[in-house]
Amino acid sequence: MSRMIESRLTRRLVGTPPTLFLLIFFLAPFLIIAFASFQYPGEFGGLAPLTGHGNGDHGLTLENYQFFFSDFIFTEIFLHSLLVATLSTLLCLLLAYPVAWLIAHSARKHRDLLVLLAILPFASNFLIRVYAWMIILGPQAALAKAVNGMLALIGLEPVSLLFSPFAVLVGMVYVHLPFMILPLYTSLERHDPLWLDAAQDLGANAWQRFWRVTWPLSLPGVFAGSALVFIPVLGMFAIPDILGGTRDMLIGNLIKDQFLGVRDWPFGATLSVMLTLAVLALAALAGRAARQGRRHEQ
Amino acid sequence: MSLLEIRSLTRRFGTFDAVRDLSFSVEAGEFFTLLGPSGCGKTTLLRLIAGFDQPNVGQILLDGRDLAGMPPEARPIHTVFQSYALFPHLTAWDNVAFPLKMTGTPSAEIRRRVGEMLDAVHLAAQASQFPHELSGGQQQRVAIARALANRPRLLLLDEPLAALDKKLREEMQVELISLQRTVGITFIFVTHDQHEALALSDRIAVMREGRIEQLDEPSRIYGSPGSRFVADFIGHCNLLDAKILALNAQHLQLEIAGLGQLVAPPAAGLESGQIGTLVLRPEQLTIQREEPLQFDNRFSATVEDFLYVGDVTTYQVKLDNGFVLQALLPNMAAGRARFFERGDQVWVAWPREVGHYVPND
Repeated sequence: MSRMIESRLTRRLVGTPPTLFLLIFFLAPFLIIAFASFQYPGEFGGLAPLTGHGNGDHGLTLENYQFFFSDFIFTEIFLHSLLVATLSTLLCLLLAYPVAWLIAHSARKHRDLLVLLAILPFASNFLIRVYAWMIILGPQAALAKAVNGMLALIGLEPVSLLFSPFAVLVGMVYVHLPFMILPLYTSLERHDPLWLDAAQDLGANAWQRFWRVTWPLSLPGVFAGSALVFIPVLGMFAIPDILGGTRDMLIGNLIKDQFLGVRDWPFGATLSVMLTLAVLALAALAGRAARQGRRHEQ
Repeated sequence: MSLLEIRSLTRRFGTFDAVRDLSFSVEAGEFFTLLGPSGCGKTTLLRLIAGFDQPNVGQILLDGRDLAGMPPEARPIHTVFQSYALFPHLTAWDNVAFPLKMTGTPSAEIRRRVGEMLDAVHLAAQASQFPHELSGGQQQRVAIARALANRPRLLLLDEPLAALDKKLREEMQVELISLQRTVGITFIFVTHDQHEALALSDRIAVMREGRIEQLDEPSRIYGSPGSRFVADFIGHCNLLDAKILALNAQHLQLEIAGLGQLVAPPAAGLESGQIGTLVLRPEQLTIQREEPLQFDNRFSATVEDFLYVGDVTTYQVKLDNGFVLQALLPNMAAGRARFFERGDQVWVAWPREVGHYVPND
């Protein structure tokens, strides 16, 4: 009995700092933003006062949300952003998995160096890395010339690689790739090589060994990496700004414009709240799917 | 035709021969043990049979078919690994079902077979638990059930009981034997534990430096060791360097330096003047206070030390030439565990029918 109390106490003590951290750095800002989304915009940007002196809008309102749902364009931007985030995550997973696997299966003494190489791009400035892609994808670069040369051969019009959804995707994947490699590597590196020996011994061919043993056992890494890629991509505005065309607007750009461009803070806050809710809903859905998948396995 | 036939198998690592020109065969339904100290090549041999490693020279035949070039997953040979290597993301049930799923067994058949196997290892109640929720002994049973689930021709067990505590290990030994009889699958069991080998096996191959030193039934390995190494490795024994003075069909006349002459039973292939070792098991010696005139082999000695372990006591007695022998006496008298104290003057003796002479290599 006393041990139960003790363990409950331990759990509280251990659990309190992360809880506090979440309260201060996640819940509090979210509540501030959520509150702002029910306010009126101020006359010169910012927020209107809650109590007014006769002139101008004041107090609380649902107008921002009515506006969001009144025009389908916002939902469309949301869906488009989700699509870009999903595609980026899948591409990152596809590219990162073999890299992480190779690092995890290389000689122990080389692994640290290889991990370092994988995260080395972080050593240079984010904007410089993205601008570098402007040059690589630019119309004068070898890549664009090669692609358009080939298109010309089969009689197609030349295309612009830069300022296109393709360029945005390339930038997103490139910038976020290390976030996928690292959790995958930490997960794969912990795998006991004997699991694969056992699987092979029990009749599993190469594909079955991957699909039945390596892949399911790396799922924690897959989920962690996917979250680390999906969520930042969803809110990213710099890459679409630099590499995307004018028509390629994502939620991140929209929100940034509301706060810094149009200076309609309440509507920016509304968009932020909708984005957070969408992410939470997706996380809940993914969690449920994972649990159901596990139950189905049995 | 033997189930498994090993023909002059050699596996070389650099200049080191882990397995050296090995030949033997295993019969169907046999409980066959590879016994030897660590580094004797028994694990290498197991990996060669399982297909994880390729021999430099020689053949491995299963049911008369050469296994060369056949990958592990295609061989009807399964392994129980020392650390079990259970799949941590699968329940006990799914672990056992794994090999059946790999071969595309229909699901009704999988359900039946997995149920049977879990019953056989007494784990039906733990079917839905994950490996980390099971005790060491239970994990061991899952590993065995998994390896047997799709009825391999041959089961390899790589020191499967080494990680268990003594009592559990003895329980599992009994269960392994009965399981092997029930399923009728041939077991090749690897161990460095001589007691385990003697208790479980139909036949034992004692390995040393990549070769088989002796291949025989447990009682003959223990009773008639083929070499000094085997004698020393299997059980406790007294090893006396001895020279053959004379021999006939009834007995050997031996000379032990500094001690004198004694008589031992003859063995095949010996000749006069040969140098070798007389092997005496501690339980073959007796210790008495009075000179035992009925024994030809008797020497006066002093009790140096004793080791009381309950059912028996092992005495260390020092002969007059300084040589120390071990003698094992059962403690049959009620309430009295020891017969002799340190420093007692005694006679150590043994009948002429016991002892086993092995010539030197």
